[in-house]
Amino acid sequence: MMRVLLIAVSLIFLGGLLFAPLGVVFVSAFGNGIETWLASFADSDTGAAIRLTLLTAAIVVPLNTVFGVCAAWCIAKFEFAGKSMLITLIDLPLAVSPVVSGLIYVLLFGAQGWFGGWLQDHDISIIFAVPGIVLATSFVTFPYVARELIPLMQQLGNDEEEAAITLGAGGWFTFFHVTLPRIRWGLLYGVILCNARAMGEFGAVSVVSGHIRGLTNTMPLHIEALYQDYSMAGAFAVASLLSLLAVITLIIKTLLEWRMGTRHR
Amino acid sequence: MRWRVERSVIPGFGITFGFATFFLGALVLLPLTALVMKGAGMDWTRFFAVVTDPRALASYRLTFGASLLAALINIVFGFIVAWTLVRYRFPGRRFIDAIIDMPFALPTAVSGLALTAVFAGNGWIGQYLEPLGIKVAYAPLGITIALTLIGMPFVVRTVQPALEELPRDVEEAAATLGASPAYTFFRVILPALAPAVLTGFTLAFARAVGEYGSITFIAGNIPYKTEITPLLIIIKLDEYDYAAAAAIGCVMLAISFVMLLAINLLQAWGRRRISGAVRR
Repeated sequence: MMRVLLIAVSLIFLGGLLFAPLGVVFVSAFGNGIETWLASFADSDTGAAIRLTLLTAAIVVPLNTVFGVCAAWCIAKFEFAGKSMLITLIDLPLAVSPVVSGLIYVLLFGAQGWFGGWLQDHDISIIFAVPGIVLATSFVTFPYVARELIPLMQQLGNDEEEAAITLGAGGWFTFFHVTLPRIRWGLLYGVILCNARAMGEFGAVSVVSGHIRGLTNTMPLHIEALYQDYSMAGAFAVASLLSLLAVITLIIKTLLEWRMGTRHR
Repeated sequence: MRWRVERSVIPGFGITFGFATFFLGALVLLPLTALVMKGAGMDWTRFFAVVTDPRALASYRLTFGASLLAALINIVFGFIVAWTLVRYRFPGRRFIDAIIDMPFALPTAVSGLALTAVFAGNGWIGQYLEPLGIKVAYAPLGITIALTLIGMPFVVRTVQPALEELPRDVEEAAATLGASPAYTFFRVILPALAPAVLTGFTLAFARAVGEYGSITFIAGNIPYKTEITPLLIIIKLDEYDYAAAAAIGCVMLAISFVMLLAINLLQAWGRRRISGAVRR
């Protein structure tokens, strides 16, 4: 009796909170037929938003991946003073509100910011332009790869790398042939979560973007613009694309968790 | 390098440490310093006037009130969901378990748009609530629901492993000694899970306080009524009042640090609890 009641409560709670919103996105997007859905993407501003989101992710994800591997390598393989401080600082962006994450770059590079005058003299725009969007997105997705790799590499230990080096292998060879095969699933896990957040970030990007249609609107910002125009079909079409990305991310993530035999938060 | 404590045969410390700290410094620490300096550089009376402005105070009340309510809803229902997933076997359990993380993967603009559509007066759920006089979309209740959605996985994912590790024999011992199921739950199970529940609560609350994306869609953004603090920062920036935006930003950053500290203390408490139980 208790069992049935609790399962029912769980399903109703998740139904209203998770399944209804996801359902409404796909029903609203595809409810008027696939032609209407496809027609929404003929709009040039929508195309520009998709391209900008892809471009941003293509810059941010590799950069944060390289950072994550570097940070995990020096933290897991070496002992140095201030290590726990470094780990805490890496997680910092997760604690900061997305709006504050955008604000800090405006204070640095905006017209009245620290470097604002210099940038203006040299005719470089960062805020209300693509570089600002890339910076703000990098900030919010900064910890994702590192925080997957650090505990994984600490747990794996140094023995195999030390053996390889002692036997005469070079540093790069050791990384690609000894370390990488053992961390690849964890690395992929961090990369897909980083990518999902990079493509879906709203708050931080909203502050620095300036909302110029066709130029500085990413997909999430374009959803807001279409929503404010009461162009619901278009808003839901773009939303369905991002929902699809979320579903694919979740599937890969679940498969990786089964593969690694662990569950992550 | 002097600060290296142990010598190692493994190469690459200099380059990886150098790149990691440079990237961290340039991307995270320098911009955060700019915010703190901007806030600290303000005249104190002006700073105080900005952060205690009635409109700002109304936004704190709404942001904290809705976040607190959402986190409370989540510890009740999140606990039930975690309990169901750990203790019961039913068709679709693995699917439900996987989909719990959806709010981590779903862009907040999508969840905001979708929740607004579901809870609007003509929406799937809203149409049944409207006749009862319950207004969700464009009202504080809608903000609470959006914050419940984004906080939910934090509670489930911290309670779930703690519940899995809870030794069953303690419960069986309590039952054998004549304790009722309710007594066993409140006096045996709940105290053991308290650190996990509180950690989940704090994580969900901290995430909710900073949330912006989904709220812009569902809130209606009316000053003094449905205007959250992050939105107020954006409004100040739109007015080119960088100093005021920085002042409110500093308040939010300070709150983030307090939350981070609380989460670390709670997690340390949880670890001590578990190691204490094992030692016994």
